[in-house]
Amino acid sequence: MNSHVGNQPAFEAIEFTPALEIDHVSKTFYVAGRNVEVLRNISLSVRPGEFVAIVGASGCGKSTLLRLVLGLDTDYEGDIRLEGERVRRPGLDRGMVFQEHRLLPWLTAAGNVAAALRRSGLPAPERARLVTEHLSLVGLGNFAHAWPAQLSGGMSQRVAIARALVNRPRFLLLDEPLGALDALTRLRLQDELSRIVQRENSTVLLVTHDVDEAVFLADRIVVLQPDPGRVSRIVNIDLDRRNRDRSAPAFLRLRDEVLDVLGVRRTAREAAA
Amino acid sequence: MSWIALARERPAGSLWPGGRPLVLGFALPALLLVVWQVICLARWLPPYILPSPVAVVERFATELADGRFGQDVWASLSRVLKGFFFGSAAGLAFGLLLGLSRWADRLLGPLFMAYRQIALFAWVPLLSMWFGGGETGKVAFVTLSAFAPVVVNTWRAIRAIPDPLNELGAVLTFNRLDHVSLIALPGALPGIATGLRSAMIYAWLATVGAELFLDIAPGMGGRLNEGRDKFEVDLMLVALVVLTGLGLLFSQAAALIERRLVRWRTR
Repeated sequence: MNSHVGNQPAFEAIEFTPALEIDHVSKTFYVAGRNVEVLRNISLSVRPGEFVAIVGASGCGKSTLLRLVLGLDTDYEGDIRLEGERVRRPGLDRGMVFQEHRLLPWLTAAGNVAAALRRSGLPAPERARLVTEHLSLVGLGNFAHAWPAQLSGGMSQRVAIARALVNRPRFLLLDEPLGALDALTRLRLQDELSRIVQRENSTVLLVTHDVDEAVFLADRIVVLQPDPGRVSRIVNIDLDRRNRDRSAPAFLRLRDEVLDVLGVRRTAREAAA
Repeated sequence: MSWIALARERPAGSLWPGGRPLVLGFALPALLLVVWQVICLARWLPPYILPSPVAVVERFATELADGRFGQDVWASLSRVLKGFFFGSAAGLAFGLLLGLSRWADRLLGPLFMAYRQIALFAWVPLLSMWFGGGETGKVAFVTLSAFAPVVVNTWRAIRAIPDPLNELGAVLTFNRLDHVSLIALPGALPGIATGLRSAMIYAWLATVGAELFLDIAPGMGGRLNEGRDKFEVDLMLVALVVLTGLGLLFSQAAALIERRLVRWRTR
């Protein structure tokens, strides 16, 4: 904790290479005989350890952008660089959580987390230790031997989070990871995600359509507008990340600001409430 | 009431899958047996056309005492098992190749689909030319019959693995071996098990067929032929009952193994 504070001035003084640089990226899909532009001229620079949330209406290319950063699709215009290096393929430096948990149903919770260590090159005892540690981190220490079919949606997604973290990735990519969960579980997992991310100190890119979630977790929110997807505004969240109150006036003000950019009018919100 | 509940509560892995009440399953065969015995007692059909159940049981006992019957059962069993083993091993390898390699799929897929159109028994004359009508020819035919169902089911099962899971493999930077051992093979396992079960059924079919149509040799098919030639219907019925019993035994064993293998799904 103290060393972190001690590092603060150095952080201000030195020019850092951005952890992630999205440089004039455009992406077009060829669908049913015609070209559909999904992303247009997206540029974004993310500092090491920063938590950036990307919000926008469905169909604005949020998930596509994440797939490009992941390296699943390299057919686009522009450049995506991780610590200065262009992304060419998926790598263990990037941990990914999908909206659906995507656990392998034939492996136990521990087996699923261990699958991510398959290419890590670590010795077996070290892997076993990491699996146990990360299952405990997400609160599932007692469920190591459970089959995915025996786990609830929230528990499955926790396993998926443990799987994404187990390689100690420098980047954590989250594609609406809590989107399929019920409201109560989602709030609980937001708290946990906040705690875990601060502990791991990775750089995070979160795609979400939940503005509250974005304001609760992120340092910065990138608002995308659709057809084609482009950056509409970037909102800084200057709240203390360790202690955010979902009903504090400052929190609500930022949430309303983002909702305004998204075009959800105040009157409509009040009418809905 | 209570016996139905009891039957349903029997644990997974018991003889009859699906929790079918045991008593109901045996009621109809028992009834048929009684009707059969009544028909024979009433002399509606002459015994040389339809011997009574009691006569069949007596014949079974004399055959068992003779000692030759055990050899016949063993001869058929060893043919089934050999053919099933060779056929399903080859089928598994070929099915994996078709499922995992797009090139193999494009190159060999159409050829295999054409091969499937050939009726199984159309191979008998050709195989007997190549391998003779003896043991080799019989096992070759059983092997061939077990091959196709395993190929088709393995191939289809690998293709049916959801894309998101294959994508997960890419995200976790799996190599080919990781992909096969952690995603393709376990994901296809239920389908492969289905293929093996139907291969077992086809292997039985082919064994009896080979024993009927190829050279005379010890085996259940041989006894069936013998019964026809000597006009001993009781012997033919004994052979049929034994074939049924062995078939049931195999399909139960297969179901048991399948449940063990895919226990992640059944819980």
